[in-house]
Amino acid sequence: MPELVSNSVNLNVKEEKVVGPWKVAWRSFKKSKAALVGTAIVVFFILLAIFGPLIAPEGINEQKLSDPSLRLAPPSSDYWLGTDDFGRDIFSRVVYGARISLAVGFLSVILSVVAGSFLGVIAGFYGRFIDTIISRIFDIMLAFPSILLAIAIVSILGPSLQNALIAIAIINIPNFGRLIRSKVLSVKEEEYIVAAKAIGMRDSRILWRHILPNSFSPVIVQGTLAIATAIIEAAALSFLGLGAEAPQPEWGKMLADARVHLMTAPWTMFFPGLAIMLTVLGFNLMGDGLRDALDPKMKN
Amino acid sequence: MQNVLLKVNNLKKYFPKRTTSFKKISHVKAVDDVSFEVFEGETLGIVGESGCGKSTTGRTIMRLLEPTSGSIEFNGEDLSRLSKKGMRQKRRDIQMVFQDPYASLNPRHTVQKILEEPLIVHGIGNSQERKEKVAEYLEIVGLDSYHGKRYPHQFSGGQRQRVGIARALMTNPKLIIADEPVSALDVSIQAQVLNLMQRLQEDLKLTYIFIAHDLGVVRHISDRVAVMYLGSVVELAESESLYAEPLHPYTQALLSAVPIPDPTFEREKMIIAGDIASSVTDTGCKFQARCPYATITCKMKIPDLVEVKPGHSVACHLYSTD
Repeated sequence: MPELVSNSVNLNVKEEKVVGPWKVAWRSFKKSKAALVGTAIVVFFILLAIFGPLIAPEGINEQKLSDPSLRLAPPSSDYWLGTDDFGRDIFSRVVYGARISLAVGFLSVILSVVAGSFLGVIAGFYGRFIDTIISRIFDIMLAFPSILLAIAIVSILGPSLQNALIAIAIINIPNFGRLIRSKVLSVKEEEYIVAAKAIGMRDSRILWRHILPNSFSPVIVQGTLAIATAIIEAAALSFLGLGAEAPQPEWGKMLADARVHLMTAPWTMFFPGLAIMLTVLGFNLMGDGLRDALDPKMKN
Repeated sequence: MQNVLLKVNNLKKYFPKRTTSFKKISHVKAVDDVSFEVFEGETLGIVGESGCGKSTTGRTIMRLLEPTSGSIEFNGEDLSRLSKKGMRQKRRDIQMVFQDPYASLNPRHTVQKILEEPLIVHGIGNSQERKEKVAEYLEIVGLDSYHGKRYPHQFSGGQRQRVGIARALMTNPKLIIADEPVSALDVSIQAQVLNLMQRLQEDLKLTYIFIAHDLGVVRHISDRVAVMYLGSVVELAESESLYAEPLHPYTQALLSAVPIPDPTFEREKMIIAGDIASSVTDTGCKFQARCPYATITCKMKIPDLVEVKPGHSVACHLYSTD
């Protein structure tokens, strides 16, 4: 009888390529045109941010107050996107602005993902009163409109770009926390978690090596989308005077400064606005693509 | 007489059940006063319909579920008294094979990682030795060493169950609790996996507790069989003796339901009335409401598991001497 056993599985002895879960997701991601366009936009802005000093023709604060013809000048071959009321090159400022917006977007989301995942995992895994405490705090935070909460936090910490970043990170924590918590609740009932316990694994190893990695894919999707929201929120806070300060070329701040020139020099407002819109669009398209790629769960 | 490896005494596992009234807490008695012994090197089959507590018994022995009361003596040591840490270390000697090979392997880990993990957790060997052991065990269960690089979803059900079995073997356990290891598999694959398990038992001197609802499968692999009904063992006997001469009315009914591969053969089936849910009683034999032979005694007194013939115990008043 045992001979039967050993022969049965050797039918495909041929060495084959190993397709990991991430590769499967990438294959499905590639199929979506919108997702690729979104990724292209995001990559474009990331390159803009990295190589800003090489691309921008001028610095962020090169004012040309002496020459009135260079103030609020419309787009031209010298100043591609025109100049603002101080005669500063808007193109250069938009390029440098990419650094600020992307940095705020990525850093705040990383902070909220780390904090949110930690709290969510603890709440979901240990349950009982720990869960109750954490979940109720999340509920309270979510009861506030997020921008209002952000304004409140910034006014406590004092207006600056860094504090705006912290505020945005804090208001997003409950979103990630809840997401992870609900996923952990379902993953921890999976049989491979029981199996891990049966092997003799300690809780901490089960939690960080088995439950968290298997709960993480929705966070990647949500994280990408949250970067878009964070960029808008940062721009909004700066627009309200609670984030970036002059002469920082933050897009929202640029919008706020350009408000008065809306009728006379619309380009001062149009291009920073366009930059915000495109980046956000890029992240959203990419996030949607990721959702489609990661959500229909590795069909097994 | 063989050595007793595992001795389960009066094991109970009750799950609290919420009732509409606030004060009264009732319990679902998933495992209700179960006692049995497992001898070294044998296979004890546990059969019963779904919901009879056979899986819960297995998981309670592993202390994946905390027993409500009772003792679990493994090699003379009471597992139910061990600390969490002590139990974790003990799991090196008691491993489990799960029912669903699709669900019991982490989809994000390669087989290499899955099999290496028990060794890492118990601090066995260095990285090189662990790799070698994984390759060795993959071959022992009839896979190839290069399969380690694959992910679980790249295997068939039967192959995955082999991985599951290999994982249980990694720490050289003495006892393996197999919780319906073949019921998720195709019939054609079931035989292969059962044969593999039997071969491994001989080669590695393993002891099995084999939980299943398929009487044919249990008969094939078990030395002794325990029949469970509603959380209690109603009959415990040597496999041959049980199948040849079932004593408990429930066992008789169960066996009469096993199909015979002969379409012309008409067997007198013993069909029992009612269902489990409607027959839960507080007093007397748990089976009395459905038992065709129930007497007044059965309503009054819970029958004990008594040895009526050498090696054949039954919990039924029909066979009691008094």
